[in-house]
Amino acid sequence: MNTTPLLAVEHLGKRFGKGRHQTTAVADVSFQLAEGGSLGIVGESGSGKTTTARMIIGLEAPSEGRILFKGQDRTQPARGVKELRERGRNIQIVFQDPYTSLDRRQRIGDCLAEVLGVHFRLDREETKRRVRELGELVGLDERQLNSLPKALSGGQRQRVAIARALAAEPEILILDEAVSALDVSIQAQILNLLSDIREERGVSYLFISHDLAVIRQVCDDTIVMRHGAVVEHGSTAAVLDAPQHPYTRLLRDSVPRDGWDPALSTTRS
Amino acid sequence: MTALAAEGRMVARTARRMRRTGALGLSGWTAVGALVLIVLIAAVGPLLNSVDPNAVSLSEAYQNPSAAHLLGTDANGRDLFARLVDGSRTALTGPFLVVLVSTILGTSLALAAVWFGGWFDQVSVRVMDAVFAFPGLLLAILATALFGSGLTAAVAALSIAYIPYIGRIVRSAALRERNLPYVAALRVQGVHGVLISLKHILPNISGLIVANATLAFGFALMDLAGLSFIGLGVQAPTPDWGAMVGTGMSGILQGFPDEALFASALIVITVAAVNVLGDRLTERSEALS
Amino acid sequence: MTAMSLLSVDSLTVKLPVAGEMRTVLKDVSFELEPGKALGLVGESGSGKSMTVRTIARLLPPGADVTGHVRFDGTEVFDLRGEALRKYRAGDVSMIFQDARAHTNPVRRIGDFLTEALCTNQRMPKKQAEARAVELLAEVGIHNPEQRLRQYPHELSGGLLQRVMIAAAVAVKPRLILADEPTTALDVTTQAEVMVILKRMQSEYGMAMLFITHDLELASSVCDDTIVFYAGQVVERQQASRLHRDPLHPYTAALVRARPEIERRAGRLPALPGHPTTAYEAPDGCAFAPRCAFAQDACRVSVPPLLRIGEQGDSRCVRMPELHGSLLAAAGTTQEVTP
Repeated sequence: MNTTPLLAVEHLGKRFGKGRHQTTAVADVSFQLAEGGSLGIVGESGSGKTTTARMIIGLEAPSEGRILFKGQDRTQPARGVKELRERGRNIQIVFQDPYTSLDRRQRIGDCLAEVLGVHFRLDREETKRRVRELGELVGLDERQLNSLPKALSGGQRQRVAIARALAAEPEILILDEAVSALDVSIQAQILNLLSDIREERGVSYLFISHDLAVIRQVCDDTIVMRHGAVVEHGSTAAVLDAPQHPYTRLLRDSVPRDGWDPALSTTRS
Repeated sequence: MTALAAEGRMVARTARRMRRTGALGLSGWTAVGALVLIVLIAAVGPLLNSVDPNAVSLSEAYQNPSAAHLLGTDANGRDLFARLVDGSRTALTGPFLVVLVSTILGTSLALAAVWFGGWFDQVSVRVMDAVFAFPGLLLAILATALFGSGLTAAVAALSIAYIPYIGRIVRSAALRERNLPYVAALRVQGVHGVLISLKHILPNISGLIVANATLAFGFALMDLAGLSFIGLGVQAPTPDWGAMVGTGMSGILQGFPDEALFASALIVITVAAVNVLGDRLTERSEALS
Repeated sequence: MTAMSLLSVDSLTVKLPVAGEMRTVLKDVSFELEPGKALGLVGESGSGKSMTVRTIARLLPPGADVTGHVRFDGTEVFDLRGEALRKYRAGDVSMIFQDARAHTNPVRRIGDFLTEALCTNQRMPKKQAEARAVELLAEVGIHNPEQRLRQYPHELSGGLLQRVMIAAAVAVKPRLILADEPTTALDVTTQAEVMVILKRMQSEYGMAMLFITHDLELASSVCDDTIVFYAGQVVERQQASRLHRDPLHPYTAALVRARPEIERRAGRLPALPGHPTTAYEAPDGCAFAPRCAFAQDACRVSVPPLLRIGEQGDSRCVRMPELHGSLLAAAGTTQEVTP
């Protein structure tokens, strides 16, 4: 057994702005993601969960703390294309909005081929084969690979975004509210797809969501964030079944369900 | 006004926008037709001229239209029709060069500014603002004062003066595009910034660039015509619409307005057609994005 | 029954002009709403739930083709013109939208926004309108209402702004509130707070409410009755509290089963194959048949009628009499999914 975690985040912090306008988006966040694991980050808007993801993927530079991938320091965003590509083969990300996360003028197949071309030296035939394979993995057929994004539904676009992220064969996939914009019936398809992919490829997930039920379905461990800080951390079952922090309890009680009365769950109004 | 009444108004507005399908429409196609005709005249007209546009014949000054001179003659007895046809070349080539150079430079600068951001973006925005504050015509006059009269100096000066016009629009569109998640996705894959800018951002804003370049063509034509009008642009005896309006001025006072009238009519028609087309193209790029 | 209903929608069919052709968005929609009751309209994107409410509010784009009837308190809504239409939209019904920020003017203060309707529609003097606005803000649970009146929309959080929208909507004491996903853009804890206020205002003012949502659980906990939309049609209608315990249509059952639960992790979610269709794209016969685990040849022949299922409600599924009560238990819905 390897004792170095796949991903370790230590005392991570991010401040935006200067002087009086300074705000703290993330403060002293630490967690680890084990190889093959699945960690959920749950929180409401402004909790800092997306900023944390953007720092890990290298789209934002942390103000303090460290990010380690297999023990290597990854705190500062990559400098130069070569380093970006190397890191791209380690960690990839799927964004929330299926409409703006694809180039509207690029055919789906070309989109996947472009990313394959960045990471691997493949000839035309090999590229074509790999594109078809990726399409198959996420459930897209030849016709859909030849179409523009506007011909696809939201769920199909999200499949493309997942395929694009997997093209680099990353070890960690960050899913930033990746199923939140989808209809319930489509959401279930994508969640099943994600669990299949995890089984098949052994990729680890960092799953960011505001939806506790989705977190339960996907994640082994969960951290709860509020106002930029971690308020609770544990196995998903423990966090959701026996929440220790009052905020986690409030979150849980605010979710509408059978016999739910909004008046009983609100303590602040 | 309640939220509901406001919503009613919004629905009507959205419906109007929805109806814009991206087609050019009657006005757009009319403008295209007019421009094709004008460009055709400029391209082949001078080859078909039977009369030398620069042939002076003082005895034939200020003649009315006749079989020999379709639109009559000017103060020097030169054939007006031949001069107008020949003048279309200089009238169109100048603005075309201005638009070509300023669009290429303005777009490159804007894309680079957006991609690199930081101080480079700050400086280029400030420089563009500073250039934008100078009227193009003034800059062109300054250039001719420094480098002598003629088309070359004027075109070069206007090309620089028009960079911010294109550059500012491209910058804001590219900035919007760069902030979309798909660009972030390409970045974290390690796709080169130059490639993202040219292969992804540029095609997505190309409609807007073409639309604004078209509008800029109209302004450049006006500016260059104005320059020739005051005698700093195209030099005699080379025919040019703007210069013809200038030389035709003396004719107006003597009761022979034809030269100035025909030349300005052509300028107005061309600029109007270009502006209508530019507006339709702008709407189209909005409808398609 | 019709005699006492506040709102009656009868065989409503709506077609909209899109890209040069008329596309059906609502097909034969009928329902009644009694005074003071809350009716939930549930469905996925493109199902027609929002379009139904927009039709009732007379917010259809020009060129829309509408057949059927919408009667408010016995008056045909489509016959309203001029002053009568203004009075209907400014006094009888109020609407609350999903995106509160997009429906407020960013350069006008909260106070102006609230008092405007009172001054213009109810001809209330300015001073009195301001006093009433303070009262309204207090009613929707906003602290320091006097201070809030002087603030601009951007200074308020999404939850607070949605409360202001509720205050504005009830200010004119309408008899019907149209709530179009009013909490979808809000955080879950804020949603709970806003729902408490909306429900309280609804009962205090004795208003009826049409509540649009994609969230089955939310609809069943805040509404009296619910109707489920699929492809522009009503596929099920029944008491809200029974909706997800005893659904009356395979589609509703499939939605309930496809949604993950907080309490436990499902090995594999029983996902529905395919994706939601609009009325325009719907196939012949039952619109849901291509995705339905229970579909038979008969389902694909003609559009099923809305069947009465005992005392419980209505269902647009021809197999409902035999399937009733067994939909949620049914296995066999975990088909492999291809998009």
